[in-house]
Amino acid sequence: MDFTLNDEQRMYQDAVRNFCEREIAPFAAEIDKSGQLRMDAIAKMPDLGLTGLQVPEEYGGADLDSICTAIAMEELGAVCGSTGLSVEAHNELCCLPIVKWGTDEQKQRFLPRLTSGEVLGSLALTEPDAGSDLTGTQTRAVKDGSEWVINGSKAWITNASLAPVIVTLVKTQPDAGSAGFSQMLIETDRAGLEIAPPEKKMGTCASPAHVLTFTDVRVPVENLLGQEGRGLHQTLATLDSGRIAVGALCVGLARAAFQHALAYTQERQAFGQRLVDHQAIQFKLADAATQIEAARLLVYRAAWAKDRGEKYTRLASMAKLFASEIVESIAFEAIQIHGGYGYSREFPLERIYRDQRVMSIGEGTSEINRIVIARQLLAN
Amino acid sequence: MHVVVITKSVPDTEATVTVDGSGNVSWGDKLVINPWDEYAITEAILLKGAHNVTATIMTIGPDEHKEALKHGLAIGCDQAIQVWDAALEGHDSLAYATAAAAAINKLGDVDLVIFGKELSDIASDIHVFQTARKLGWTALGSVAKIDAIDFGAKTIQVQRLVEQGIQVVTSQLPAVISVIKDINEPKYPTFIGIRKAAKADMPLWDSAELGLSADDLAAPVKVTGYRELPKREGAVQMIDGASAAEQAATLADKLLEEKVL
Repeated sequence: MDFTLNDEQRMYQDAVRNFCEREIAPFAAEIDKSGQLRMDAIAKMPDLGLTGLQVPEEYGGADLDSICTAIAMEELGAVCGSTGLSVEAHNELCCLPIVKWGTDEQKQRFLPRLTSGEVLGSLALTEPDAGSDLTGTQTRAVKDGSEWVINGSKAWITNASLAPVIVTLVKTQPDAGSAGFSQMLIETDRAGLEIAPPEKKMGTCASPAHVLTFTDVRVPVENLLGQEGRGLHQTLATLDSGRIAVGALCVGLARAAFQHALAYTQERQAFGQRLVDHQAIQFKLADAATQIEAARLLVYRAAWAKDRGEKYTRLASMAKLFASEIVESIAFEAIQIHGGYGYSREFPLERIYRDQRVMSIGEGTSEINRIVIARQLLAN
Repeated sequence: MHVVVITKSVPDTEATVTVDGSGNVSWGDKLVINPWDEYAITEAILLKGAHNVTATIMTIGPDEHKEALKHGLAIGCDQAIQVWDAALEGHDSLAYATAAAAAINKLGDVDLVIFGKELSDIASDIHVFQTARKLGWTALGSVAKIDAIDFGAKTIQVQRLVEQGIQVVTSQLPAVISVIKDINEPKYPTFIGIRKAAKADMPLWDSAELGLSADDLAAPVKVTGYRELPKREGAVQMIDGASAAEQAATLADKLLEEKVL
């Protein structure tokens, strides 16, 4: 067993950290306020592979391993939840299913544009009346000659307004149960697709999430992604991988909150000594450091299993569940340590606290992840 | 056609450097590439893109400086060379320049040597000019822009930042230049470069390889110790007074008394 990063992984971590500190961190507060993702920073990402982490090089990607992907996500999370979430969704939820199930023609058609740094990709699952229960998906695709005709609506679709194409879960056969769903590649310039203005959210405010309405949207049959009837299976497999990345984002957010707290406790005086000299504060710091270490190990463990081609559904859910819950408590305690300053919008902790909140909701709530873990345990 | 960047690892500019009672220096946990060298490397990569030259990154130092070499490769340099020998232990800038010049001569076809403006750890740039002197080449410091470079005709025109403004200078190649922040926007490592750097074979050239003797590398200047500056003591005094004007008058009197004004 070897817990050290190899040379390539360590250099990648340094390079991404340096990039994030220079290109993203200085603008994190500003974009949270404006609600506009900074596309200038996204445009600089392809050279570091951030817009195509696990996309083959022939399509403009970096073909990195899952550990490097986790490293990149942690670094992004540590500086900006909004940028982190959008880049995560782009890589894991849009690029990855195309890499995994796309035909050569589809890969050629969509991936070079997706990895260009000019756009971010999107995946549409959730609907106004169906979230955790994906079998409740109502958006319907009906074959009409050489086309699919799509009607319905989707909600909370990250990056839709920035995307050239949206991987969309649709019902293709209403009476086939879980085998009645398919994934469809829907270009955002298709007639009949309406993307509503971004939702007003608690956190990750610069990562846009939209309601989509499909009214007789027509796409050629060549836009079916993977197999007809395998859409639910493909979606769940996509989410497995995404959960490792969300776990890594949480590790980054938690690390940032912890570092702010660690620095502040060494500066601030109370009752005649530094905050850090109070044992009550030391215990908070020790707990946070331990939780971050444990969460990162779970994330790496799941990523490692994925790279080895092992089943990693349970590990990915564990990583996401644990990391998304510890980040909340660490952000909470970091604010507690800062007192009023932690509550102020002039300081980053308030933003971190809001940004982390979605992590235990999106890509599988904590409750869904517990169900996934329990099912895996009981299946063995 | 060949451009060489000479770099080294330095303590992180954010690290706390401390000196203990015995004069031992702690430089912090982490070394980073000398920040000025990021501009030098970027300029070499830009020249490589525009003129099809080979870009080599070189360091004169022990293994901890290999990180700086890898950084150069990750940004896009073609090859990296480490120059080090036990005889260089405790070297000064002149010994450094002797080794650097010998390594550049060994490469043979070098047209341009690029340094960052200075070394951030010792705040010195004398090694730049000593290296040029050892090579017998022109030295152009504080270059803000390369206006033109012709590797065929062996000429270069640069803009130097001088106290009074910008000086435009032409020179023959080969030459040694040092570059400042105005020259470019530093490039980031790329994943392709990182992949290459992680696997790169970086040759080590010692004094025998460079044809230098221990005498050639003897350092006339020795660092005999480090000590911290005495801590500055400060105290706060509140100025009382019935009005702002009275407070200002009292403050002015005190400042005159202390000979601050």
